[in-house]
Amino acid sequence: MYPEDLMYTENHEWIRVEGDVATVGISDYAQNELGDIVFVELPEVDEDFGQGDAMGVVESVKAVSDIYMPVGGTIVEANEDVLDAPDLVNSDPYGEGWLVKVRFSDESEMDSLMNAEDYQATLE
Amino acid sequence: MADLENLKKTPLLETHRKYGGKIIDFGGWALPVQFEGIIEEHKAVRNAAGLFDVSHMGEVRVVGPDALAYVDYLLTNDLSRIEDNQIIYSPMCYPDGGTVDDLLVYRVSGEEFLMVVNAANAAKDYQWIVDNADDFDVEITDESPDTAQMALQGPRAEDILATVADVDPAEIPFFRFRDGVDIGGEKALVSRTGYTGEDGFEIYCAPGVAPAVWETLMAAGKDMGLKPTGLGARDTLRFEACLPLYGQELGPDISPLEAKLNFAVKLDAGDFIGRDALVEAKEAGLAKRLVGFEMEDRGVPRTGYPIYDAEDNEVGHVSSGSYSPTLEKNIGLGFVPTDRIKWGTRLQIGVRNRKLNAVVTKIPFYKREG
Repeated sequence: MYPEDLMYTENHEWIRVEGDVATVGISDYAQNELGDIVFVELPEVDEDFGQGDAMGVVESVKAVSDIYMPVGGTIVEANEDVLDAPDLVNSDPYGEGWLVKVRFSDESEMDSLMNAEDYQATLE
Repeated sequence: MADLENLKKTPLLETHRKYGGKIIDFGGWALPVQFEGIIEEHKAVRNAAGLFDVSHMGEVRVVGPDALAYVDYLLTNDLSRIEDNQIIYSPMCYPDGGTVDDLLVYRVSGEEFLMVVNAANAAKDYQWIVDNADDFDVEITDESPDTAQMALQGPRAEDILATVADVDPAEIPFFRFRDGVDIGGEKALVSRTGYTGEDGFEIYCAPGVAPAVWETLMAAGKDMGLKPTGLGARDTLRFEACLPLYGQELGPDISPLEAKLNFAVKLDAGDFIGRDALVEAKEAGLAKRLVGFEMEDRGVPRTGYPIYDAEDNEVGHVSSGSYSPTLEKNIGLGFVPTDRIKWGTRLQIGVRNRKLNAVVTKIPFYKREG
């Protein structure tokens, strides 16, 4: 449920690092807590964010939830597919339901993120 | 997990846990917001059937020689229009025309009425009903703690109930009720009413037998698509049907005329609390009125978001808004000045830091066929 190749935040985002680009999404726990996701708002390509900045919004039928940047950097891609089919975030949170790709600026910011085991421990 | 220790509990809480209900604090009550998922449950009610626990609703019984006169005086609707075993919907107003609550009244006889009120207002309503009764010979009893309530809603509701009730539910017309119905060996009052925009029944019974009645109905509906349904779907269903929710479409600052409930406000059928104010407001022209709108830009309208006109003037607020599972659109209800209520009027909804385009549309958004 919490893939080991990802890192996680307290706010239930995950990142997958490939070179200097990180893919960002929300965890299975987060999508399950939110329930049916009906709307996703994402930033534009080339927008800059600091670590912890609100960069998007995920809305379920009942809840509006901000998405925060796990690491600072520049948006290189936003997932257009989830704008049209927000339920991808429910059905495949670590795959087709990814949200943005960010070129991160400071690798040391990763130190504050959790591995799968530590993240899972915060949920219990 | 929500801390449920201090919440009020319905007799069905353990049953909800068994069915996988996600229990939340709902206005001080521990109730399931969803089981499988709000959208799945919503669609089950539109296409087959759903079973809701609405035991948090309040019940107030008014009995006595003046019961008819008193209930008629309390409520904006005309109680002389209903017979025994019939039900009427009505707002209940303050003298200034603001709304105390909206409710269903069950006429047992000319000397006995059961008022079913919103959970959040139950204590306030009971006090209001007691406080205004001085000149009437009536006895008023709060029966909320002694009453469980379930709602069996959807196009298959009648078929499901027919398999387990000793009364043919087809013989209970819309807004009529039958008391003493046997459902799998337990006695219940069954009314053809609901809060979803679908056909269906509301079933009242003693708290102790509620789990048995629930299980009987679930078993009866197993092969007819019946699902346990939570309060999340109840809200999206009532919203599509534009049934008002107290606190959003009604409140102390909202008159039933502003909420577009004219059909339940009979200004020419004798006096009632709030009548003078409502007559005056109607003659002077209402300050605001409920409208429905559909989003044109991407975004979900939510309760409290500001409404702007096409020239960026703030003109009102959203009372309810949601993604509509039936229409697959983002839609909303809100209050705006009466010169902005025509279909096709351009509005903008303030969503976070942006103004998103919307257009006034016909309501209700959803109306069942037939």
